[in-house]
Amino acid sequence: MTPSLHLWLIPILPLIGAAINGFFGRRLSRQTVSAVALTFCGAAFLMGLYVAARFSSLELPHAEYLGHWIRSGNFMVNFEFYLDQLTLVMLLVVTGVGFLIHIYSVGYMWEEGGFYRFFSYLNLFMFFMLTLVLAGNYLQMFIGWEGVGLASYLLIGFWFTKDSAASAGKKAFIVNRIGDFGFLIALFLLIKHFGSLNFSQVFSSIAQQPAETAGIGLLTSIGLLLMVGAAGKSAQIPLYVWLPDAMEGPTPVSALIHAATMVTAGVYMVARSHVIFEHAPNALTVVAIIGTLTALFAATIGIAQTDIKKVLAYSTVSQLGYMFMACGVAAYSAGIFHLMTHAFFKGLLFLAAGSVIHAVGGEQDMRKMGGLRQYIPWTFMTMTAATFAIAGFPPFAGFFSKDEILARAYEANPAYWFIGVTTAFITSFYMFRLWFMTFFGDYRGREAAQHGHPAHGHGHGGHGDPHESPTIMLVPLMILAVLSVIGGWVGIGGRFEHFLSPVFGEGATAVATEALSRSTEITLMVISVAAAVLGFYLAYVLYLKRPELPQKIADSLGGLYQAVVNKYYVDEIYADLFVKPLVDGSTRILWHGVDQGVIDAAINDTADGARHVSDSARQMQSGNVRSYAGWVAVGGAVIIAYMIWMGVR
Amino acid sequence: MVPVSYYLILSGILFSCGVIGFLIKRNIITIFICIELMLNGVNLSFVAFAAQWQHLSGQVFVFFVMVVAAAEATVGLAIIIAVFRTRETLNVDHVNLLKL
Repeated sequence: MTPSLHLWLIPILPLIGAAINGFFGRRLSRQTVSAVALTFCGAAFLMGLYVAARFSSLELPHAEYLGHWIRSGNFMVNFEFYLDQLTLVMLLVVTGVGFLIHIYSVGYMWEEGGFYRFFSYLNLFMFFMLTLVLAGNYLQMFIGWEGVGLASYLLIGFWFTKDSAASAGKKAFIVNRIGDFGFLIALFLLIKHFGSLNFSQVFSSIAQQPAETAGIGLLTSIGLLLMVGAAGKSAQIPLYVWLPDAMEGPTPVSALIHAATMVTAGVYMVARSHVIFEHAPNALTVVAIIGTLTALFAATIGIAQTDIKKVLAYSTVSQLGYMFMACGVAAYSAGIFHLMTHAFFKGLLFLAAGSVIHAVGGEQDMRKMGGLRQYIPWTFMTMTAATFAIAGFPPFAGFFSKDEILARAYEANPAYWFIGVTTAFITSFYMFRLWFMTFFGDYRGREAAQHGHPAHGHGHGGHGDPHESPTIMLVPLMILAVLSVIGGWVGIGGRFEHFLSPVFGEGATAVATEALSRSTEITLMVISVAAAVLGFYLAYVLYLKRPELPQKIADSLGGLYQAVVNKYYVDEIYADLFVKPLVDGSTRILWHGVDQGVIDAAINDTADGARHVSDSARQMQSGNVRSYAGWVAVGGAVIIAYMIWMGVR
Repeated sequence: MVPVSYYLILSGILFSCGVIGFLIKRNIITIFICIELMLNGVNLSFVAFAAQWQHLSGQVFVFFVMVVAAAEATVGLAIIIAVFRTRETLNVDHVNLLKL
């Protein structure tokens, strides 16, 4: 038994911060609020570092038991925390990136109303995310899972007076509910057939069973239902629609929740449940197919977006697709590796985009940017690092993780690999499109401002030349930029994979090194780098050298281009297919039919009937004394007559 | 000896007169007198049966009825005076404040 590390402190610390800011924040100054939020979030990060430092001395997996929660017959759920290599990676990513984004938010949100509210929610999010990551059983994971959904809802709708923000929050929440429903059913199935939700118990009893290779058996259904949950949380086809809308939230929120941490919870969950998926190859295939398709689909939408945050949002969906593709070909460690590097560079991209938006006074349309390189050099440099990282240029972080995934996908099925490489090319293209449109050419914001376009600002003030962000925002950018450059180096020579191998089994590492010969591996690597370079070159030609070309191409493509601009009309299709029938059905059948026709009608008719009966009955109560006397006399006569009649009988 | 049926018929006639008067008269005083008439019609039958069966309880009942009637008359007359003071009428059809 290894000594207790008091893992429970890690999630509790941000919760205390959230409580202090939530209850008393209104009366505290901005300085105090940010100090509280940063202290508690930073303390969680320090705890994470402490755990990492003690990690080698631990007996793994390390579980800490806190107390009973539910005890019903043989079924038991405990409050327990669970630590292994996978948890440690997630723990450090969540607390580390989370802390940096907290720092950044102090600068970004300084001018905003509801400052304390923002930090309270942000800390609350950290609490739930850490609960999710450190959970020792599925139910505790589910608390975190639902909790991050709540925090996400609160933060997307942070500017709740704006209608679009409020409905984006609702959309995210409702779409997530669909996924959570699948997750919940999976948990019920686990309870029913394995009598436990504890990770080690469930996995050990599943490990003894043979794999389900054909049909949809129990494990396959559990796997598919878990994937439904993961698709909801991690924005995969067909439940990805909420993530682009979630960009209504403040940019640090997009960075923290909708890029770096929360949306990767689905990947974490699938990786955590790898034992189930290994025993259900069919479910795993579905994971791979969904991931691959999402990667390609979202990337193509990203090409035509003009809102800087929307491009990044579709890019996030696409990169999450890569992670699921990795999980789907049983390369869990590659998926987690990409999760980590993605947290660095995508978090950075969003923060840098926030800095850009800040600089140009709240404008998010890339067509009104351009040439910002000279105004905001620090943002430009950090964003460059992130762009090269996501495009997969060596030696940036994204190269290593993406290459790893593509190599493993090639092993499993070259079709995955081919779509993956295509996506890599598209990714590189739209990211450099963003990069060129934002930072190169001439600044196009000024004439737009003169044409009376009110800068849709949240108080940044859209005036004068673009200006660099304050230091407190630049420092996190620089740290993340460094991580985006060197973050992938931990994967060189399979070290990252080796580190995670106790979790995912020794087999994974062995297969990876044997199956691909050195030459194939290098060929694949060259092809993916070539795809990235090609994307860069295409974006360079279209958006820097000959900026009139894109419009011509768009015109020549006609309908296809329109479809892409309108995101393949998926939102409209969903509205017609699901939302409209639901609203119409509710209106006609449930509201007009059942509620008004049956429930209201029953009550109204009862009341009417009672009134009619009383109307006739009240004729007796005329208020005329003599008529009362008459009724008494009649009554007496009836009683006497009755008595005489009975007496005769 | 006068048979009991004679008394009962007289009692019935008195009671019926009381009921009919009660129903058709509008003057409160008259109605009041009709009530007394009904009570006394009943009293007569009590006394008649008491004499018939040589039993005292009938007589005792009559005393009770007379006491109650006296009390009722007191209260009733007081009410009638109060009604007359406020409404300045003794017509029951005009005393209809309880009407809906």
